[in-house]
Amino acid sequence: MNYHSRFTIHHSSFWWLLLLFLPLTAYADKIGDVSDTSMLEQAVRFFTFRDPAVRYALIGSILLGISCGLLGSFIVVRKMALVGDALSHAVLPGVALGFLWSIAKNPLSPKDPLVIFIGATIAGLVGTTVVGLIKQTTRLKEDTALGMVLAAFFSVGICLVTMIQRLPTGNKSGLDKFLFGQAAAISASDVTLMTIVTVLAVVIITVFYKEFLVTSFDAGFARASGFPAQLIHHALMLLLAFAVVIALQAVGVVLVSAMLIIPAAAAYLLTDRMSRMLLLSAVFGMAAGSAGAFLSFLGNNLPTGPFMVLGATAVFILAFLLGPRHGVVVRWWRQRSRAKRVQRENSLKSIYHVWEAREFKGEGVSLSELAERRRETIEEAKSQATELSRYHLATLHEDGNMIFLTPEGWQRACSIVRNHRLWELYLTNAAQIAADHVHEDAEKIEHVLGEEVVRQLERRLDYATKDPHGRLIPSLSDVRKGTAPSARPEESIGYGRRL
Amino acid sequence: MTLQPHTVNGPSPAHSTLRASHSDERVPLEIHDLTVAYHKKPVLWGIDLTVPKGKLVGIVGPNGAGKSTLIKAVMGLIPLSSGWVKIFGEPYKKNLVRVGYVPQRESVDWDFPVSVMDVVLMGRYGRLGLVKRPSRQDRDVARECLDKVKMLPFANRQIANLSGGQQQRVFLARALAQESDLYFMDEPFGGVDAATETAIITLLHELKNRGKTLLVVHHDLPTARNYFDMLLLLNMRVVAFGRTEEVFTYELLQTTYGGRLTILSEVAHAVGQREA
Repeated sequence: MNYHSRFTIHHSSFWWLLLLFLPLTAYADKIGDVSDTSMLEQAVRFFTFRDPAVRYALIGSILLGISCGLLGSFIVVRKMALVGDALSHAVLPGVALGFLWSIAKNPLSPKDPLVIFIGATIAGLVGTTVVGLIKQTTRLKEDTALGMVLAAFFSVGICLVTMIQRLPTGNKSGLDKFLFGQAAAISASDVTLMTIVTVLAVVIITVFYKEFLVTSFDAGFARASGFPAQLIHHALMLLLAFAVVIALQAVGVVLVSAMLIIPAAAAYLLTDRMSRMLLLSAVFGMAAGSAGAFLSFLGNNLPTGPFMVLGATAVFILAFLLGPRHGVVVRWWRQRSRAKRVQRENSLKSIYHVWEAREFKGEGVSLSELAERRRETIEEAKSQATELSRYHLATLHEDGNMIFLTPEGWQRACSIVRNHRLWELYLTNAAQIAADHVHEDAEKIEHVLGEEVVRQLERRLDYATKDPHGRLIPSLSDVRKGTAPSARPEESIGYGRRL
Repeated sequence: MTLQPHTVNGPSPAHSTLRASHSDERVPLEIHDLTVAYHKKPVLWGIDLTVPKGKLVGIVGPNGAGKSTLIKAVMGLIPLSSGWVKIFGEPYKKNLVRVGYVPQRESVDWDFPVSVMDVVLMGRYGRLGLVKRPSRQDRDVARECLDKVKMLPFANRQIANLSGGQQQRVFLARALAQESDLYFMDEPFGGVDAATETAIITLLHELKNRGKTLLVVHHDLPTARNYFDMLLLLNMRVVAFGRTEEVFTYELLQTTYGGRLTILSEVAHAVGQREA
């Protein structure tokens, strides 16, 4: 099996990872834990869904991926990423207290998901309220308030969790898994709760999409149009708290905000429509969630959170590199092809210059002339000529010494020279720049001027025939002729200007 | 006399169809003794204002005079400390759809993942109310409005790729799509190119001629004289409100700008132009 071979190669590195997580894996003694099986067996177990623990883990991971992906999109476009982080850390005391409450209710099976859910949600909302209060009553800004609340609530949570683990019933509780996540600890009642929350999130976001969109983009306008922006904000925060809390079991308190932000950030790089961003983000969240669950399972129930977040990060890196519009690779490729085009155009221009110096006598230009003009070696000139012939802009004579421009090559060469000289003239005439200051600028601008702009320039310069250095400016008819003047001896460059 | 701060609790069910502007003889905007304070420090003091129908009104004053605050307070975006506002004789909430708004361009994130069309469609949201989605007719209206500001070819572009002038036109198209009778515009000429400025002022005059009432926050004194029928000179209180030729005087502008020398020289220049 494919997976098997791939992962046996990295077996040793897996053990290193295991060592890193040793303090946590020491507790990994819950459902679905099979410490002596090989990775192949684990993979088979995962994909055959025989084990209900595997089923719950996978379904749960997919559900949390969807809800975190959807709500994360709004967090990202509303620039509230830190709020997600603070919220997720603030829930820990609630988780611990909910746990204590369920011990008090039923000491034999102390993990009642609903009680923990309620406790965590309340703690999260208290945390965000405290942030709001600090912001309103002091001069402190939101980021400072968020940082404080995050740390303070998290510390309280850690203290409570440590205390509970010292209780006789707390020891086997699995409460520690709320820190870094354990998908295999997801139970049937967890899945029910996750389904309810995810369906709720999907329905509310679909029904109130318009309201979420307008209040996120322009809250002032939304309120002026009669939308209760404040209420919608609170609804979003509540949904966010729900999404964080249902994700806790699998991702863990520490990393759950990453599942909100990273899939959404990757989606943001790939599209510029909110609806598509939501969809992509949910898909990425799903993929990262299930990949994390699988990898964790493969490594005998390593903490799931880090693997899910690594999965999401991998998606983000791919989007960052390969995104069709803003991707680094695409941008690099575009830049490279532009640089190559400029290089070709400069070679054509040099050929024109050499030929012009001979008053366009002869059929073509020799390699040594071109090399001399460009201050290059013959080899460099030759590789340039080959490049031109590859684009059908020039042909290289059989003995490899002479370059002839094709009609297309002539047109390009002629229009580049025309752009350059018209721009120089425009700078000296209209912008009052000295004639010896304009060349550098024209060197750049000649490659980007469009035909319409050039014709406007020409009109504004009253169809002048000579550039500031006294050389003839090729006219549009020279460009359009498509043949070098040698083929039409009765005409010279710059002739037939007012076409 | 005090009034509870405005709270906006969803759209008004009334006025689902556009009422013709000229059939309504009530005053578009009436403000009585309006005071607004930030952290107990007043920024607007006892504003009294009655704006007649079909006027293009410029709101002029120095930085911190409370120009934006005034229009935000009128629309209930900031709570009032005292006073009341009536829009066509009723509280703002009752006449939501008859009020259009162009916020400052800088107030939104132009990298937001929406298209030009999406933004203009938001102008229809107020009429739609909660839950309902824009219909084909709403899209047609949005397209018409985009055409009026010559931005139709950009309908499917993301807003990030627009110039400042184009962004302002999009905001204007969104306000047009609101099909309102009373408009509040916060610096619609801010940072736009000359061509856009001309296009916008032409459009504002056209709206006025169709019986709409427009209040426009404006920064540039020399053009203020030519652009507006009426001027509101504001500096925490109403310094003067009236027909431009009556209000645009050296003395009144000096009172408004209160000894700020750079602005005074600008005023002197503007007044000089007028008297020349």
